[in-house]
Amino acid sequence: MGEKNLLEIKGLNVVYKVEDGVVYAVNDLNLVVHNKETLGFVGETGAGKTTTAMSIMRLIPSPPGKIVGGEILFNGEDLLKKNQRQMRAIRGQDISMIFQDPMTSLNPSMRVDDQIVEMLRLHKPLNKHAAKEEAHKLLETVGIKRERASDYPHQFSGGMKQRVVIAIALACNPKLIIADEPTTALDVTIQAQVMDLMRELKDRLDTSMILITHDLGIVAEICDTVAIMYAGGVVEYASKEQLYTKPCHPYTLGLFNSIPKLDVDEEWLEEIDGLPPEPTEVIQGCPFSPRCPKCMEVCRERKPGATYVEEGHYVRCFLFEQQDKEGGEDV
Amino acid sequence: MSEKLIEVKGLKKYFKVKAGLLHAVDDVNFHIDKGETLGLVGESGCGKSTTGRTLIRLIEADVGEILFDGQDIRKLDKRQLKAFRQNMQMVFQDPYSSLNPRLSIFDLIAEPLMNISEYARDSKRVQERVEELMDTVGLSRRLVNSYPHELDGGRRQRVGIARALSVKPGFLVLDEPVSALDVCIQAQVINLLKRLQQQLDLTYLFISHDLSVVKHISNRIAVMYLGKIVELSDRNTIFQKPQHPYTKALLSAIPIPSIHVNRQRVILKGDVPSPVNPPDGCRFAGRCPYVQDRCRKECPELREVEPGHFVACHF
Repeated sequence: MGEKNLLEIKGLNVVYKVEDGVVYAVNDLNLVVHNKETLGFVGETGAGKTTTAMSIMRLIPSPPGKIVGGEILFNGEDLLKKNQRQMRAIRGQDISMIFQDPMTSLNPSMRVDDQIVEMLRLHKPLNKHAAKEEAHKLLETVGIKRERASDYPHQFSGGMKQRVVIAIALACNPKLIIADEPTTALDVTIQAQVMDLMRELKDRLDTSMILITHDLGIVAEICDTVAIMYAGGVVEYASKEQLYTKPCHPYTLGLFNSIPKLDVDEEWLEEIDGLPPEPTEVIQGCPFSPRCPKCMEVCRERKPGATYVEEGHYVRCFLFEQQDKEGGEDV
Repeated sequence: MSEKLIEVKGLKKYFKVKAGLLHAVDDVNFHIDKGETLGLVGESGCGKSTTGRTLIRLIEADVGEILFDGQDIRKLDKRQLKAFRQNMQMVFQDPYSSLNPRLSIFDLIAEPLMNISEYARDSKRVQERVEELMDTVGLSRRLVNSYPHELDGGRRQRVGIARALSVKPGFLVLDEPVSALDVCIQAQVINLLKRLQQQLDLTYLFISHDLSVVKHISNRIAVMYLGKIVELSDRNTIFQKPQHPYTKALLSAIPIPSIHVNRQRVILKGDVPSPVNPPDGCRFAGRCPYVQDRCRKECPELREVEPGHFVACHF
């Protein structure tokens, strides 16, 4: 794309040590986020989406979690080599996060404008008065009137709380926002409002965003590129146009087919047989092979590398490696 | 068409809260034919779950008639009701909290059978029935001695379905049965429910907030807003020719997983108002893009705009 990489994750491995053994949450994950780009991060429960996001923020609870390998380059600097003080300066300032549940991510005993002031004064040399003014401006940007700015979170509805969370995330003009299922807890009409707001703000402020979601509909609306996660790794990565016109990985196809469609009448939904693998198992071959309708012998023996089917579109699947002899190199 | 299994007339349920009266279900009328699925959609707090629960008397309605095969079940006394419950069962939303964590899968599925005299003292028949049910819902028999925490969400929901089916009911209230599940698992459970309906000749009330799921499984769909049904029709009419402004907005708010659709979006302003002491007039008036003076004064009745298609809007 020619644009600079804002974030580059190389060979990330994250494990959780639990009673029953070791949970391999993220396995050899590679990912790039360019400037001003919105990346959709799609996968089922337990695919490792949130763990990856938490690793970028260095917020993996440790113990039991541990980042055992890899690099996370943000503007060329490895976040995994930063100490706690340096990380605190980055969180909120350069990278900020929007969590899934607006009901629990705000402090219930603090007025909403004070929660923004707290963030602003942590990173910017502002006095109380100026910070408050700035907070009210931010709240207006996300559509909350001044007269409500000094209310407490419980006086707000779910959609409005999420607007406050977005205002906090935007407070210091971060370069990257990680939004972890930002609308999952909201009703559809409110979800539409919040997505609309996020799209507008991101265009105006030129921020990059990682949007974690399980909803391929939301991805179609707001993302530029998409990474499909399965069992702790990216199985397919493409631009939105490429993914929606030509999905390649059998898992991606399965995902698309299992969504009930509004515009087509169909008697039965296509199912993917079975369940995602237990994250405590060490899998030798392709992690999707036990459920894959096109599973071959080689799939059970070793893990597929990334094969480019087009520029900017790679897939980890042996089906495509055969067609493209140069494939197989790691990204 | 076919005969009506369920008919609901003028159903009302108000809850007393500190601030006044919460109109959870406010004068709701509908029927469900034998063997069909009626989808009930709406946002949180619109009264869809309360409707489902009053229907099988888990919550007692304040006013109205609930006719099951022509019999008003609100007139049944406690003992009659207990026997009658064999005909109607419920599957709950959250397979994590609706199963007793201290009972094994066998005990969970066998529990409802203990209320039926033919099974009560015959452990061999119970055993057979449990195994039969596990096969029906696609649970492998080796799980019979497992506990709920050992199962994933999809399998737990299958246990919930097996429990509901154990007493051979003709009617099931499915309250968001797939909302807590991932898409792939969701597809498996939806297919299971459809298959069971065909095999066992079941009638469903399918409650959900997810319009694409409802469209997939239902024959007819009722859209609820703040305790009232605002539109009711067969599923294709609802999706192709929605009449009520709320239905239109709801449909346009669903994110579609495709980049090849262009559509006009209606983004509603504001939130769903509180159902406590709702104002006179149309419940949707505060958010409606086409609101007129009349809407604020008079509450529109549900009227038939074409055969089988009901809309509650003045216009």
